[in-house]
Amino acid sequence: MNTFKLQTFKKVKSFIPIVALSGLFLVGCSDDDDPEPVNEEEVITTMTITLTPQGGGTAIILESRDLDGDGPNPPVVTVSGNLTTSTTYNAAIVLLNETETPAVNITEEVEEEAEEHQFFFTVGGTLSASASYGNFDGNGDPLGTEFTLQAGDASVGSFGVTLRHDLKKPNDGTLSDAGGETDIAQTFELTITP
Amino acid sequence: MRYILALLLSALLYSAASAQQCNATLSGKILDFHDQTPLAGATVLVIGQEQTAFTGFEGDYQIENLCEGTYEVEVSHPQCRTVLYRIEISGETRIDFEMEHHLEELEEVQVVGELLPENTSTAQEQRLSTATLEGYSGGTLGDALKEISGVSSLNTGSNIVKPSINGLTGSRVLILNDGVRMQDMEWGDEHAPNIDINSADQVSLIKGAAALKYAGDAIGGVVVIERERVANQDTKKKKTLLDGISNGRGGSVSTELTKTFASGWYLNGQASFKRLGDREAPDYILSNTGMQQLGLSFHAGKRLLNQGWDLDYSFYQAEIAILRASHIGNIDDLIESINSGVPSVVEPFTYSLGVPRQEVTHHLGKLNYYMRMKGVGKWTIQYDFQFNQRFEFDVRVGADRDKPAIDLQLTTHSFKTDFTWDASRNLEVTAGLLGRFQDNFANPDTGVRRLIPDYQRYEFGSFAVGEYRPDHNWLFEAGFRYDFSRIDAKKFYRASRWEERGYDVDFPEFVVEDLGTQLLTNPIFNYNNVSATAGVRRALDLQSDIRFNYALGQRAPNPAELFSDGLHHSAARIELGDLRVGNETSHRISLAYNRTGQRWGLNVEPYLNFIRDFILLEPTGVEFTIRGAFPVWSYRQTEARLLGVDVNGYYQWTANWETRHRFSITKGTDLDQDQPLINMPAPITRNELVFHKQEWKHLQIGLESTYVFRQNEYPPNIFVFSPSEQQEVELEINTPPDAYHLLGIRADMEFNISGAVALHTGLTITNLLNTSYRDYLNRNRYFADDLGRNIMVQLKFNY
Repeated sequence: MNTFKLQTFKKVKSFIPIVALSGLFLVGCSDDDDPEPVNEEEVITTMTITLTPQGGGTAIILESRDLDGDGPNPPVVTVSGNLTTSTTYNAAIVLLNETETPAVNITEEVEEEAEEHQFFFTVGGTLSASASYGNFDGNGDPLGTEFTLQAGDASVGSFGVTLRHDLKKPNDGTLSDAGGETDIAQTFELTITP
Repeated sequence: MRYILALLLSALLYSAASAQQCNATLSGKILDFHDQTPLAGATVLVIGQEQTAFTGFEGDYQIENLCEGTYEVEVSHPQCRTVLYRIEISGETRIDFEMEHHLEELEEVQVVGELLPENTSTAQEQRLSTATLEGYSGGTLGDALKEISGVSSLNTGSNIVKPSINGLTGSRVLILNDGVRMQDMEWGDEHAPNIDINSADQVSLIKGAAALKYAGDAIGGVVVIERERVANQDTKKKKTLLDGISNGRGGSVSTELTKTFASGWYLNGQASFKRLGDREAPDYILSNTGMQQLGLSFHAGKRLLNQGWDLDYSFYQAEIAILRASHIGNIDDLIESINSGVPSVVEPFTYSLGVPRQEVTHHLGKLNYYMRMKGVGKWTIQYDFQFNQRFEFDVRVGADRDKPAIDLQLTTHSFKTDFTWDASRNLEVTAGLLGRFQDNFANPDTGVRRLIPDYQRYEFGSFAVGEYRPDHNWLFEAGFRYDFSRIDAKKFYRASRWEERGYDVDFPEFVVEDLGTQLLTNPIFNYNNVSATAGVRRALDLQSDIRFNYALGQRAPNPAELFSDGLHHSAARIELGDLRVGNETSHRISLAYNRTGQRWGLNVEPYLNFIRDFILLEPTGVEFTIRGAFPVWSYRQTEARLLGVDVNGYYQWTANWETRHRFSITKGTDLDQDQPLINMPAPITRNELVFHKQEWKHLQIGLESTYVFRQNEYPPNIFVFSPSEQQEVELEINTPPDAYHLLGIRADMEFNISGAVALHTGLTITNLLNTSYRDYLNRNRYFADDLGRNIMVQLKFNY
């Protein structure tokens, strides 16, 4: 019994240097091909909010554009003009991934997965304005790719726009209650003039 | 031969035994160090009184008519290395001695109070026994190492535990697993060693870069995981450990079979499995903190006196869920988490492992051969192969929901050989060579930009270490090592990042291809590292010595320090490496006083570690993206000074009562900025009261108190612009949590079920009072409290 075992081991033993050598040869087999670049697909680079005054007039464009994503450059935030007092604006949000050509429209994806997404609008204390949801998901909970912005008295202040996914729906309308993951968090400085 | 010699000697000397009035007795058992089986036929000789006894089948010995006092006792056995112990004899003294089966050095080698040879002779070195490791069977290696004073850990939750030695961790701590340097992506703060604690039989820890035969860049220290030595006799041993763990509502099982043959052959197989659900803090469930771990290992070989070989393979796989609340969106979420004091996500208990989650797999294969040349020394040659696969799953949406965000494959081949000249009694010299090739592949299928790039690393090392013992009292040690390493990476940089870092000015030659928004670059760096050590040990008497050691260590930067670039989603921080980072150089001076007496023992280890160009990662500011602001952590080099002392001791108050005490403090200073270093362990003291009584089934009960002081020395916080508050706010990212005090209980008993089966039972309760606390070195401290009470029950069968 024991002799049999020993013989088996002897066979194994003769293989061992071969295993070791083949391991060493693997060292030389590494390829020198260049790696493939990764183009992140989930990136939102650009958010454009078009505020069209009800009853006509020039639309005001709020835009945040961050072409290098998580790179060092901050987003470029622009507001095309001042809002007018006591005016209601119909607002539409467009989200784009401009790292790809042609740019990919992410808004459609958000609207398709409406139950998992929601925009939140925060009006700074000094700004006389209010926002209300213009579209809803299949369960009747707010989505917010469309909304209305009601400009009040002449004032200056911040207007924050946040997009969350995988959040609690329905929620009480605050970010802390909603939880979830932040896709967008941007603030625009708005001025309301007569 | 020596058996007969001892017999003759004792017979001769017995007749000359002194006639003075001495009536103390010495009795006890001689046990196998590893499995505690009684050893028959061992000799116990009380030197100075020249009285001898032999052990019977139960391993018992008894010597009568001894004079009281402190004596040296020589314990020998035909199959073991002879051991000398210094003991105190008074009245009816009962002492059990442990012996180590030893194969290769059956020649006369006498070692005082050591069972296995130490890895260094003059550096600060401590060891964990098999019994201690078995106690942590359901835990992690990092938890067990904290039994050693001066060792803390950098945690991500309670399942990811990275050992930290005197404040240094990551690539500065080398883990040598059965002779193989672990290559398991140790560069990441949330990457725990890919080692199953159940595969280790003994662990030694060397502080500082003094163990040059292993490496010169371990400026924190070396953790040496050793396997049991096998005896060349026909035996079969089985061991099974079962652990129940209350916090996490899970447990672990581990089993091991060892078969040895008189011909020198041996076989060993070991397997373990562990499963835990969500862990719990005193006030809430720590949602998504479960884990699952599988470890397998197989060893075979033939070990003879003149030559032998070993073939080893081990496999480790772990799935570790990471606290859901630690996944945050942006800086406002972080501020909110720090301020709110409770985790943002608390769900009912579950065993399922959600996201964020890590899945790591490690394969290790090793083949080594040794040949002993009579009168010259021993030659060893070893090849090892390691493959490490790491997936990190993050909170993602849509079609990418189940795709990993990180997918890295690290393959390492190492070849090493060394020769030890040990023919001379006074001098022992070892010299060796090392070659290593490593390839890292970052899979682009993740759809997420690579945090660590593809790279190839080549290493070459050579060393010589020597030890000179002019007499029994003095020992001198010296060593020198040279390492070369070359890293050849292929990395995509964002064009904006390349310019922001100034690389377009400093490294334009690295650019291979311009893809518009991204650049493909090929950074190649060579590093030359020189390390050296010198030390001396002076034996003061048979139970105490004093050691002095100087170690010069140099470390080349790791891939994270060089190349990290981008948003680490699971940590919600942007980590930026630096291509300009160079070597860091450590000068460590250490002193150690060690006394291991029967009644009391004391170990005092002060040290000064001066590190030039110390590489550190710290929060430096924020960067804004469309998703909000993220904290930026950048690497920087500075002059650092670490100063500290580790103390531990014990006192045997009565035959049954003992107390054990430990204290450690480290002060780390950034000399360039004249401010404290980040992530230095807070001072800690652990004190234990132990009751033991052999007669009551080897009962041992200990009550342990652990007090962790608040770390009052930390770098200043940073100020960031909070978009939600529309103003600059202080981000308390460096503020340490408060001091805390934890109580714990350990109890052990042993039963002989039948002649061949022994049962060891253990009960351990940690955080007995269910205290809420947070630890400075736990990366989850911003989000949730640490673990609440945990009750662990262990059953160990030897058969």
